[in-house]
Amino acid sequence: MSVEKVEMPQLGESVTEGTISSWLVSAGDQVNKYDPIAEVMTDKVNAEVPSSFSGKITELVASEGDTIEVGGLIAYIEVEGGASEASSGSGDETSSEQGEQPAETSQTDQSMKKRYSPAVLKMAQEHDIDLNQVTGSGKGGRITRKDIEAIVESGEVPQASQEPAQTTSTTEKSTSQATKPSQAPAPSAQTGDVEVPVSGVRKAIAQNMVKSTTEIPHAWMMVEVDVTNLVQLREQKKTEFKQKEGYSLTYFAFFVKAVAQALKEFPELNSMWADDKIIQKKDINLSIAVASDNQLFVPVIKNADDKSVKGIAKDIVELAAKARDGKLTNEDMSGGTFTVNNTGSFGSVQSMGVINHPQAAILQVESIVKRPVYMDGMFGARDMVNLCLSLDHRVLDGLICGQFLQRVKEILENMTEDNTSIY
Amino acid sequence: MAVMSYIQAVTSALKDEMERDDSVFVLGEDVGKKGGVFKATEGLYDQFGESRVMDTPLTESAIAGVGIGAAMYGKRPVAEMQFADFIMPAVNQIISEASRIRYRSNNDWSCPMVIRAPYGGGVHGALYHSQSVEAVFANQPGLKIVMPSTPHDVKGLLKAAIRDDDPVLFFEHKRAYRLIKGEVPEEDYELPIGKADVKKQGDDITVITYGLGVHFALEAAEKLEEEGISSHILDLRTVYPIDQEAVIEAAKKTGKVLLVTEDNKEGSIMSEVSAIISENCLFDLDSPVQRLAGPDVPSMPYAPTMEKYFMINPDKLENAMRELAEF
Repeated sequence: MSVEKVEMPQLGESVTEGTISSWLVSAGDQVNKYDPIAEVMTDKVNAEVPSSFSGKITELVASEGDTIEVGGLIAYIEVEGGASEASSGSGDETSSEQGEQPAETSQTDQSMKKRYSPAVLKMAQEHDIDLNQVTGSGKGGRITRKDIEAIVESGEVPQASQEPAQTTSTTEKSTSQATKPSQAPAPSAQTGDVEVPVSGVRKAIAQNMVKSTTEIPHAWMMVEVDVTNLVQLREQKKTEFKQKEGYSLTYFAFFVKAVAQALKEFPELNSMWADDKIIQKKDINLSIAVASDNQLFVPVIKNADDKSVKGIAKDIVELAAKARDGKLTNEDMSGGTFTVNNTGSFGSVQSMGVINHPQAAILQVESIVKRPVYMDGMFGARDMVNLCLSLDHRVLDGLICGQFLQRVKEILENMTEDNTSIY
Repeated sequence: MAVMSYIQAVTSALKDEMERDDSVFVLGEDVGKKGGVFKATEGLYDQFGESRVMDTPLTESAIAGVGIGAAMYGKRPVAEMQFADFIMPAVNQIISEASRIRYRSNNDWSCPMVIRAPYGGGVHGALYHSQSVEAVFANQPGLKIVMPSTPHDVKGLLKAAIRDDDPVLFFEHKRAYRLIKGEVPEEDYELPIGKADVKKQGDDITVITYGLGVHFALEAAEKLEEEGISSHILDLRTVYPIDQEAVIEAAKKTGKVLLVTEDNKEGSIMSEVSAIISENCLFDLDSPVQRLAGPDVPSMPYAPTMEKYFMINPDKLENAMRELAEF
């Protein structure tokens, strides 16, 4: 018998670390090779970690919620048929290795971390390096001149944010601070309260929301759209479509199509803030919000402007299914340039969306409701929907957004059987 | 290139200079027929005769005084103190007369004299045969103090000292005499007094030292290289006046500086080097300047254990260098 290490696997090309969102096994469990032992989250993608060995789990080194570097130790497995060393001294071996491993990751002495030598301070000032973000290789975690020289040479200089008050929320490492921008102490639970640990996707959502709301100055607008024609169109097509394609033709697909078309005419909204410049994206990749249980994913419909209503409907169905099954990949989630959020599916008629950083705007499509509307000298029952836009006021102003919303409204109100093809 | 011991380089330089220039002569205790107690002047008496290789009485003040007088009259005397420890009776002559004469006479007179003396410990020599005395003379403008580490430097610097128009104290490490061997060019050459020499390039830590300390530092650096620690080693060669430019450059190179001398720590040559660094290099320093030196006790003890405690060695350097690298 021998004790083997289970390490954090490489879950994607650019992935350098993963967070254990939940353990699927506990110490003492027998596992077979390739059995899933943990759920790991990177960015916002969940993946299962298969066991590299058959044997008995002796120790879970990483706890749920821990973020571990790729290749970092997460557990020990006692494997049958190995050398006999484990049977005689397995206890010693595991305990000594446990002692070493955490020490190497984060528990090391950091007492000298903030003791800066004159050379380090001078270089940090010259190159505008934020020393809080530098890991020191010296004694007690001290940042050495060589550490700074290496950073300068590599060109990847960790700079302080323009607004110092917000640096804590922008550094990824200080996650606990990021979710608590105010200095107020966290409330404590009373008897009978249920404490839900913040980990996995919940934690990622919390961080992203804090980042979005602290960094982006939000402004809001809403227009009311008469989609009576669209409702009729869909009513006519939906049964046939379902029979033919095998999935439903949702309203949402039409809204996404309309937004993609309008974005082509208003590229200002399809852009992102990059400190000293605004980047207008060429591709129109629409993020859509998909919720499952307590999780929220934002997969992306790539090149939505190239696609038909049917193509978009298909993407939505596939991405939603993947989200429900936890099979979304990093690829599915990345590259979004604008978000369309189907809040109407919850029955909402008005909402203020939080912009999906680093995008410049998010459009909330609310519930379609029948309301009496005064038109052509009389009241009629019309299908009405509110479209709510949140905009990054650094990038966008009311005028351009108003024009954009008017254009979306125009496209939607003119979606009739005569002029709208689903295919 | 011939491989020579440290002491052979001394003899060879003396012989060359005496052949080249008739005004060069040697004086000291037992330097003549005996060829010196360490055999530094061996063969010179036979080659140049008693008028140029003079045995003197046991009076160091007279050896220095005679040398100073001869030098002022146009000769180029090379006086030997049998041990640096015995130079004390000659201090008045050296400091008050030799070092001052050019200044005092407004450039009318000069004193082109060399005083050679074996110094240093680690040879079971105890109090009177182990001392480092350079610090005594190291704040006397008008004097130069040369302390070479290799046969190559010995020969080039001793020639330069003899050709220098002002008094030079030339301290030779007695343990290095037969321990250190190295290549020495066949042809005539001179090394500049007042110039330090980088003995090894490195970028993690800087060691500044002289004499035998250079060899200890090189030995320790070789071991540390296996651990990935790269040492930059500067040999001062001339300890007074100090090559400030070289010291500053070496200190700035890594920002972590270890200063090594086998002399007592307080008031040593390294105290001055440290001051030069702190005056010039503050914003390049990555650690406090460290000194490794003998303890502040009167002199090298005789008991081997106590001598070992007092004397620097490669292990002590290695530890100090590693600690600095890890800081």
